[in-house]
Amino acid sequence: MALMLVKFDLKKRVKLAQTIWFLYWFAVMAGVLVFSMGLFFKIELRKRSELMDNNESHLLPNVLILMGLIACGVNAFGGKVCYDSLDPSKFIKWKPMLKPFLMFCVGFNGMLFVTALLCFVMRIPLQFTLAEGLKNGMRFYKDTDTPGRCYMKRTLDLMQMEFRCCGNDHYRDWFEIHRIGSNVDGQYLMDGVPFSCCNPSSPRPCIQGQMTNNTAHYSYDHYTEELNVWKRGCREAMVSYYGGLMNTIGALVLLVTMLEIAVTIGLQYINSSLSSLVNPEDPESESEGWILEKTVGETFTDIMANMKAMSKGGKVEEEAEAGVATVS
Amino acid sequence: MVLLKIKFTQQRRVHLAQGLWLLSWTAVIWGAIIFCLGVYLKMELLRRDEVMDNTEIHVVPNILMIVGLASIGTNWVASCVCQDSLDATRFPRWKVLLLGWFAVAAVLCCLLISVVALSFTLQGRLEESLKVGLRNGIRFYKDTDVPGRCYQKETIDRLQMEFRCCGNNNFKDWFEVQWVSSRYLNFTSKDVKDRIRSNVDGRYLLDGVPFSCCNPSSPRPCLRYTLTDNNAHFNYEYQSEELNLYSRGCRQALTDYYMELMNSTGPGVLSVILIQMSVLLGMRYLQTAVEGIMALEDPEGESDGFLLEKGVKETMEDLKVKALIMLQFWLVDPIATEGSSEDADLEKAEKEASPTPAS
Repeated sequence: MALMLVKFDLKKRVKLAQTIWFLYWFAVMAGVLVFSMGLFFKIELRKRSELMDNNESHLLPNVLILMGLIACGVNAFGGKVCYDSLDPSKFIKWKPMLKPFLMFCVGFNGMLFVTALLCFVMRIPLQFTLAEGLKNGMRFYKDTDTPGRCYMKRTLDLMQMEFRCCGNDHYRDWFEIHRIGSNVDGQYLMDGVPFSCCNPSSPRPCIQGQMTNNTAHYSYDHYTEELNVWKRGCREAMVSYYGGLMNTIGALVLLVTMLEIAVTIGLQYINSSLSSLVNPEDPESESEGWILEKTVGETFTDIMANMKAMSKGGKVEEEAEAGVATVS
Repeated sequence: MVLLKIKFTQQRRVHLAQGLWLLSWTAVIWGAIIFCLGVYLKMELLRRDEVMDNTEIHVVPNILMIVGLASIGTNWVASCVCQDSLDATRFPRWKVLLLGWFAVAAVLCCLLISVVALSFTLQGRLEESLKVGLRNGIRFYKDTDVPGRCYQKETIDRLQMEFRCCGNNNFKDWFEVQWVSSRYLNFTSKDVKDRIRSNVDGRYLLDGVPFSCCNPSSPRPCLRYTLTDNNAHFNYEYQSEELNLYSRGCRQALTDYYMELMNSTGPGVLSVILIQMSVLLGMRYLQTAVEGIMALEDPEGESDGFLLEKGVKETMEDLKVKALIMLQFWLVDPIATEGSSEDADLEKAEKEASPTPAS
């Protein structure tokens, strides 16, 4: 009893082939989209790699790029097969390759699904990398004469202005950095922040220095002042930016996975309908199409039996060789 | 003497019609691109509307948009004419329209050339407009509590950060203006009183700039107050310090930005001019060749295609004569109607005076 049996006449077969060919070209463009999203994500990570201590994981964008390229190739091949399926003479040469190709497609769809899940999961390690990187970045803010760190100030300033954030969690993080002196007596804090923390929407000119001293500035109360500097911490800002990016990419990859599953099922129908012609000589005869030749349970037991047979066959050969070896 | 005559066989005519059809569709796409360029330029100009005093420069994107739309329509008509040109029954209905089409296409080419010229000549006006707009912006920077001007501070700050510039010509423009709102000044303090007394208008002037002038590439934390006092900061010299603040003025920065934008549309506009002229010439050849064939009534024969039936001078003379005739006709006609009514009166009087022999 085949799974999801459908009867096909010539007209239906032609329509199916045309639809699936069209969907395959859509899928090629989807593959290009996945590739470009991977590339874009890689570039975004590279842009801010200084703030992540240069040890951020590029696993996700690399996987996306690879999947995109494979998807393009697989879908182009599938489209060609669909196009040729309407001509029996051309279809003959593709027939032997079709079963392994379909198995490969099923495996590829599984990997696509795993990639989509990876997009949602990789947020967590990224959060930790960002936290570490930002803390170190702020420590090296003043090292503009140390080779290798001289651009940290510029990077941090530009990042704070672009993401509208200040400090790691809060602008007070900058007070810790500006601590001068090591012994308890000489230690004094400069409660100031860099200019990049300033909020342009504030009605008064930006107060950067002596922020906790209410008497240092006229009509100023640092407890109630809200618009002076950015309130958000940069870790939260960057995590939400990258998190949003990864969520979008994950959702798109899920959609692409569903499209791939649809075209794989379509190709299976084309394959089965062309191989089950009532009258093999007459291309206009009726046929049946299915997803699986037997039910799911029977197919599964068949696969297990095949695997056992293959492993047994291997064992028997080994024993025969061993026997031959002992005999000789 | 015909201008640039070319012989057209049946085959050549078909090729011309097909090639022209393709070219006119290319011109439609280019027209759409020109329209989009115009829209983009207009959006960019509108974004910085607050620091511009007048909208004279808007004539460039406006013309681009109009030309883009007109070009789409014109070239779509051209493609329809090409499609019908090989069918003797359908072509005659376009005959009258073609004259108007040539006029419109010529006007479009002239407008495009004028856009290129305008974008160069209006540079001076743009600078003037920005100078006045930025001066007002800097003057009203402190008025964050005045309705209508309360966003001036945010606009100027964001502008300076985005374009990496400071002040109108340079950062010293900020020294001449009170940019700290009086709400945040302690009028009992000596420093404030001194500063207010130091100038005629009683403004609080200081040698400092807003935070948006700070340059992130500077190796030291930004210095924005007491800029002219070398002793106020460690290891600081006012005359030679270059990286602390942005050295460029915002007027220069904005003018450069908009000139670059308009220059980058230059190649696109020039290629549209070329394509439009080729469509114009091709259409003229197609029209004359098909009309020649229709006159011969032999669809597979040869015919001549030309640009002008007579030479340039003769055509100009002809046009002059035609224009004069039309003018005369229009002028003479009212006089002629007056004269003819007088004649009719005279005739009536004669008829009444002398009875007709018949009666």
